Amino acid sequence: MAREVGAVLTIATLLPDLLGTYGDGGNGLVLAQRARLRGVHALLVPVELDEKIPEASIYLLGGGEDGPQRLACDLLSSGSFVEKVKDGATVFAVCAGLQILGQSFSVEGNDKYQGLGLVDAETTRGATRSVGELRVRVGEKLLVGFENHGGHTTLGRGTSPIGDVLRGRGNDGAVDGYRTGNIWATYAHGPVLALNPWLADAVLESVLGYELEPVHSVADRLYAERCATLSRR
Amino acid sequence: MSPSVRSRLAARAVRAVNWASRVAKRGSGTVAGGRVGLKIAPKLLTDLARDRTTILVSGTNGKTTTTAMVGAGWGTAVTTNSTGANMPAGHVAALVQSSFVHTVLEVDEAWLPEVVRQVKPVVVVLLNLSRDQLDRANEVRQMAERWQQCLKAESGFGGTVVANANDPLVVYAAMGATNVRWCDVPTQWMADAKSCPRCTLALNLQTSTWSCVCGFAKPTTITTTLRDGLSVGETKVPLELSIPGAFNEANAALAITALCEVGVPPLDAVERINAVRAVAGRFTLRQWNGHTLQLLLAKNPSGFDALLSTVQNDEADVWVAINARVADGRDPSWLYDVPFEKLRGHRVWCFGDRRLDLATRLDYGGVAFEVVDDLNRVPPSSQPVALLANYTAFSEWLARSAPC
Repeated sequence: MAREVGAVLTIATLLPDLLGTYGDGGNGLVLAQRARLRGVHALLVPVELDEKIPEASIYLLGGGEDGPQRLACDLLSSGSFVEKVKDGATVFAVCAGLQILGQSFSVEGNDKYQGLGLVDAETTRGATRSVGELRVRVGEKLLVGFENHGGHTTLGRGTSPIGDVLRGRGNDGAVDGYRTGNIWATYAHGPVLALNPWLADAVLESVLGYELEPVHSVADRLYAERCATLSRR
Repeated sequence: MSPSVRSRLAARAVRAVNWASRVAKRGSGTVAGGRVGLKIAPKLLTDLARDRTTILVSGTNGKTTTTAMVGAGWGTAVTTNSTGANMPAGHVAALVQSSFVHTVLEVDEAWLPEVVRQVKPVVVVLLNLSRDQLDRANEVRQMAERWQQCLKAESGFGGTVVANANDPLVVYAAMGATNVRWCDVPTQWMADAKSCPRCTLALNLQTSTWSCVCGFAKPTTITTTLRDGLSVGETKVPLELSIPGAFNEANAALAITALCEVGVPPLDAVERINAVRAVAGRFTLRQWNGHTLQLLLAKNPSGFDALLSTVQNDEADVWVAINARVADGRDPSWLYDVPFEKLRGHRVWCFGDRRLDLATRLDYGGVAFEVVDDLNRVPPSSQPVALLANYTAFSEWLARSAPC
């Protein structure tokens, strides 16, 4: 979806009151600020419980506890969200958000729950909870972050992961998240886009349809420091 | 070996290890001995707590301060874990060191059920519950559920719960108990209770009340109120704290209510609590390298939010120190849940292991910042500086600085 500079880029953080356990709201802030630095007029809209989902270029989904995750899934399946994504809106999801977008997920008890079916992915309850640093190779780049989840996600044949796990678990110990045409997902929760400025820009570029001018900030130092720290064992 | 003999031996071992630990300067001598004692006699805590009048204090924020307030307000000598060692090994150490009957212990949130079962307190104070160290404790709603299980009538808990009626997660935890003193105290942080703790639907949050369609709602049988002054039962209580922060007034309201339950008149308690000036190095002014610092501990979003409200009013520089070691929680994602935007107009100096995470958060929030890589290069400041630090960063600054 190409956009002219000067047009409004709407970024909607969905249900932060249910899915926002680990500072996940930071991702919306980072996208909006990095767009603004390039002269794009970005609007950041939190969409709370009981609010109608607005038209937006990017929808963000965060992490959440089991009960809220189920409720979020119910709310999103009954509204216009699924249609908007099928029509091409971009989604960036972490953790529980990653699970909700798939065919099914299991939470407390192992009860299988129907997901939104936007991505061919299934999440079952993992044998243990994964809590710790996550390092993923995404092409030539490194994605660094922190994961805290009990899921084991299996991708369908046609679904590509976002990258290969070098440290931590991600989906299954081998790969992390997924990437379809307009959907991005990773188990690195919280402000993963703050830790990985290149990923924030990649998401923005995919929406804006043009290459962004590089910007330099303290986020670059943070990214270099996390990459160095996580590469040490 | 009979249980009591075993416990006496264990208590002796606790003293010995803690003495050795202090002499060897390996620690403050509160936890190592407790661990050894519990190994020798697993029922040691129960035995040591028997025949005492014990108040337990738990919650995400304000445990140490509220425990200090209860201790000071009691007006007699008390047994307490004033070093902040708030898990069973720390409780054992505190009880071994002191035989005063009146006992007040702060308790780590996750350990509260176990400690309630073992210590059989007469009063449990529940301050608040919000996200903190999620890499260890996982989910805050689960914590509320576990608290409810240990305090409900069927669990055998026979004491009184003194609970913050404005925190939905605390209300959920206390609602099953036989005796509850509900305290209506201002509670700033509601971000973890937007969805109902009982049914997960959206809570209807209004200025002074909240409710859910499932029937779960703010209790109406309030006995302590902190709005335009403090009332405990029928008594108007002149609260004039020496330490800053609206949140500390709420802590004091719960402390005074708890003391009322053990027979301390609120007017006596408040006089002693008003005089508390420092708690474990917090709130007092300290010296470091020619700077005068006010050390403030904040470990999580709600704690930071409360402290930001106290420092945002003037334009002075603010220092913030962030670590992410095991005791802090290894994941500093929560920095994005802190409304640092309140500091726009200030310059924030970023210290600690995770100063770059902090600086990036501030940068995206539009707050001016300086990253301090070298402590020797901090320019002098003419006025006292507020230093907000999380757990291990606070300890470092306490050790690094000296009393004024």
